[in-house]
Amino acid sequence: MQQAEERRVDDAIAQDEVAIRVRGLRNSFGDQVVHEKLDLDVRKGEILGVVGGSGTGKSVLMRSIIGLQMPDAGDVCVFGESMVGRLDDEALAVRKRWGVLFQGGALFSTLTVAENVEVPIREYYPNIGPQLRDEIAAYKIRMTGLPAEAGPKYPAELSGGMRKRAGLARALALDPDLLFLDEPTAGLDPIGAAAFDDQTRKLQQTLGLTVFLITHDLDTLYSICDRVAVLADKKVIAVGTIEELLALDHPWIQEYFNGPRGRAATAAVEREKNKAASTSPEGRR
Amino acid sequence: MNKAAELTEEQRDGGTVIRLSGNLAIACLHDLPARLDGVQGPVDAIDLSQVDHIDTIGAWTVHSAAKRLDAKIIGADGDAQRLVEAVGALDEPMAVRPDKVSPFTRVVGQIGDAVISAGTTLVGLLGFFGASLVAAWGLIRHPSRFRVNAVVQRFEVVGVSALGIIGLMSFLIGIVIAQQGSVQLRQFGMEMLTINLVGRLTFRELGVLMTAIMVAGRSGSAFAAQLGTMKLTEEIDAMRTIGVSPMEALVMPRTLAVVVMMPLLGFYASIVAVIGGGFLCAVALDIPPITFVQRLREVVPITDLWVGLIKAPVFGIIIALSGCYQGMQVKANAEEVGLRTTAAVVQAIFLVIVIDAFFAVFFTWIGWN
Repeated sequence: MQQAEERRVDDAIAQDEVAIRVRGLRNSFGDQVVHEKLDLDVRKGEILGVVGGSGTGKSVLMRSIIGLQMPDAGDVCVFGESMVGRLDDEALAVRKRWGVLFQGGALFSTLTVAENVEVPIREYYPNIGPQLRDEIAAYKIRMTGLPAEAGPKYPAELSGGMRKRAGLARALALDPDLLFLDEPTAGLDPIGAAAFDDQTRKLQQTLGLTVFLITHDLDTLYSICDRVAVLADKKVIAVGTIEELLALDHPWIQEYFNGPRGRAATAAVEREKNKAASTSPEGRR
Repeated sequence: MNKAAELTEEQRDGGTVIRLSGNLAIACLHDLPARLDGVQGPVDAIDLSQVDHIDTIGAWTVHSAAKRLDAKIIGADGDAQRLVEAVGALDEPMAVRPDKVSPFTRVVGQIGDAVISAGTTLVGLLGFFGASLVAAWGLIRHPSRFRVNAVVQRFEVVGVSALGIIGLMSFLIGIVIAQQGSVQLRQFGMEMLTINLVGRLTFRELGVLMTAIMVAGRSGSAFAAQLGTMKLTEEIDAMRTIGVSPMEALVMPRTLAVVVMMPLLGFYASIVAVIGGGFLCAVALDIPPITFVQRLREVVPITDLWVGLIKAPVFGIIIALSGCYQGMQVKANAEEVGLRTTAAVVQAIFLVIVIDAFFAVFFTWIGWN
């Protein structure tokens, strides 16, 4: 009932406001079905957080959208182009418009951080000269909050947080419109995680990005996500702002957001808001 | 939207203005950065009012040109203004690669590193041998701590599963020795000596040596990779905190399995190689199998068998210990597991051949020719 209504609302949104449209997706590994008739829309310019228990197929969903996992059935449209199983020029053009940050950063270990960032540029735009390429790599790396000294280092010499930032710099190398982040703050300390969230928000605003963000981090959800999609029972059971989700009567959602950790994150966001309001009127960007 | 970026120079109010137009995104820039670089000053301003779309790479190009020519940026709309300011704030030189060292310094440094690592490996391996002796002594004093199941399981992995590949390899080696030998010996009309060649060579040397190389490649590498991965996932640390000695639980069963299996596999390999040689003799040299076996019994002294069987467990110890030692040395990351596995195999094969040379001298010295 509720789902049918949601579907109607979703379809009513014009195609050109949607960055990613997933319809009827089915994924399975052997006998185990991960997704069944999964629908999802990601609107342009939003940060969509994707949550779900372990094993609900968050990463599989991302992999099917970016074409690393061939779905059994269903369709994935990115910027209006159907992407499933396509390798032609139009699909390639869409591929250039997204950047992906994998969980561990997935940097090429034989290349320095700067060379890693240069790989996509070198691959797609050989017309960009070596000097300009170096300059682009330099500002991209600084853009993700890494110091200039990180450029000539190899991934093995970096800490986990720095590696993620370097991975983000590579994901941003071609100025994508769409950014996929797979658990960007997992394994970071709270300060590093908050700084990473802040950076993501800032980049999203400066570059006008659409962000598809898989996370387990409630603080990330509260502080930077415009909407949250909840994966459970092999499909997206709800999409909306956290307030909208809290109004729903689903046990998993209630437990997720109203558990002790969820409440702590809510309280933290409230504190932040109060502080920002009281200290300076320019606090809001 | 997809109009290529264009550049026009024009005179305005007595100064030069560069007007950029079209799409300044990376896909449409084409040769614009090069053309901007070619512009010689003085330029008063860069006009962005005709730009439809811009990304950070376009913004960077504009920013660096403006900086070089000391020009103002005018006519930028909200997007362009924001991006140019954003990338301008990040303008700081950055090295892309580590500083280069001179080739001479590098070569000398590499030689030094190699010598030090060879020395530390040798010392470490000796230390590890000592530690395993201590562990073995502990097991002898407390036989109840001996892990029978683990050892038996290793027997299967190291020995039984290797039978197929070692058999095939040995059979082919027997054929090759017989074939190559017969070609040479035919020149003297001594084709019958092929049997001596096959029999003595396989029992004394090749059977055990080739088995050792195969076991080093199959099991030594597996030991290094297993222990290295366990080290990475902190399994070995967990073991220590629970009070289980990794030397006893991991190294001893593996070492024992290889030490027991090597003579058996070596003997098996020698027999199969002889069968291979006999097969070739029967097919190509018309020496019937009966004659082959009879002649073999006449020319191969029993000491040849002992030579092979004595060497085998020693080779086994070398293979198991270098595999386990290299595995336990893994510290940092997954890449090291690969490097250590390679090192384990190379080291094991090298040491096996060195020891084999010593054995050859030794057995000649005691008169087992």
